[in-house]
Amino acid sequence: MTSLGQLFDVKYALHILPELARAATYTIGITLVGFAIALVLGLVLAIMRRSEFAPLARTTAFFIEFIRSTPLLIQVYVLFYVAPLYGFTMSALTAGTLGIAVHYACYVSEVYRAGLNGVARGQWEASCALSLSPWRTYTGVVLPQAIRPVIPALGNYLVAMFKDTPVLSAITVVELMQQAKNIGSETFRYLEPITMTGIFFLIISVTFASGVRHLERRVRLP
Amino acid sequence: MSDLNELLPLMMKGTLVTIQIAVISILLAIVMAGVATALRAAPYRAVRWAGNVYVEVFRGTSLLVQLFWLFFVLPLPPFNVQLTPFTVAIVGLGLHYGAYGSEILRGALRSVPGGQYEAALALNMPAAARLRRIVLPQAMINALPPATNLMIELLKGTSLVSLITLSDLTFRARQLDEATFKTAEVFGLTLLIYFVLAQVIVAVMRVFERRVSSHVAIRRTVPGAAS
Repeated sequence: MTSLGQLFDVKYALHILPELARAATYTIGITLVGFAIALVLGLVLAIMRRSEFAPLARTTAFFIEFIRSTPLLIQVYVLFYVAPLYGFTMSALTAGTLGIAVHYACYVSEVYRAGLNGVARGQWEASCALSLSPWRTYTGVVLPQAIRPVIPALGNYLVAMFKDTPVLSAITVVELMQQAKNIGSETFRYLEPITMTGIFFLIISVTFASGVRHLERRVRLP
Repeated sequence: MSDLNELLPLMMKGTLVTIQIAVISILLAIVMAGVATALRAAPYRAVRWAGNVYVEVFRGTSLLVQLFWLFFVLPLPPFNVQLTPFTVAIVGLGLHYGAYGSEILRGALRSVPGGQYEAALALNMPAAARLRRIVLPQAMINALPPATNLMIELLKGTSLVSLITLSDLTFRARQLDEATFKTAEVFGLTLLIYFVLAQVIVAVMRVFERRVSSHVAIRRTVPGAAS
């Protein structure tokens, strides 16, 4: 056997590829569902933070700050171990997806906030002068202008979120990393599964990153 | 209240480990960010390429995957490198966040106006003095606010080392949760401790920010400074 063969057993790698690929689609599914929730929840948080009712704005700001400066792992533990004590029993998958979604909603809301702050004051005043309802002001005038420039930043958080999904393995969600570890503990060969997991993450995030760059060029305002 | 007295000493032990890991890996990350930035600015293509590969690989894969790789794969043949969990934590966190830090440093260096390089060159300053006295002080103004955010990310990242058997704050919390069943209190306290630690980082970095910007009184732009 060649030294390369000893380093990385290609036959074994091909053998475990289907199992890893199945776990990979699971990981991608968690990311997409989680990010969809984060996009909506983040927008709600961003708008709540701008509320004229000061206690609401301040509570939201503190919530965002708190979630952003505490580890995702503990937040997921709280959802999985503490929430059942108060009657919210969730499967590991639901708790994990919800946890990662809420965590990134707070990051995403900061992105939206930057976008909302970028909208010219005159746009708000014009909506007010036309006596548009708050709903029409946001959906018809402000949000289209606020979201367009921050799309690349949102894309970056999609990649970041994708790379954080292995944290969910700590609450027994069998995503890619957990699957790789399971395979490793069955066969006592950790090199191939964990390396392949790393390569998989690298490929997906490099692809995503170039997609974001492409998007950045396309949505750039002239 | 007596519950709290039982919990606190063990939690504090874990907090100390977390602080230790965070501080040492922040130092390693700063060194790695400097090294990677220097590599990527090198005059040789092969060296630049090595710097880029380092940054892309460590930014492109998950921190947890990297920690597991160092922890499970390195001790096996063909590597046979046995590291203690503590070393794995420091090396893993330092390399991972060093790659992100390199991006920050590169952006900050690029934000220094070209005229500053040229003026230093015209004054016949040696390269080292040019970097130390002209470019870096100005770059630091732009580098510190995102660096603060990155340090908080690193602090949060330390919670993952509990998964490679290191008894940090998160590990202690899990242990206490299993021993006492005071789940809500234990995890609530843990979240609070992490939050306080993050605020300490923010406060310390604010002192540094004030110091680096005190010499440059004319314009003070702080882009990307999230609250």
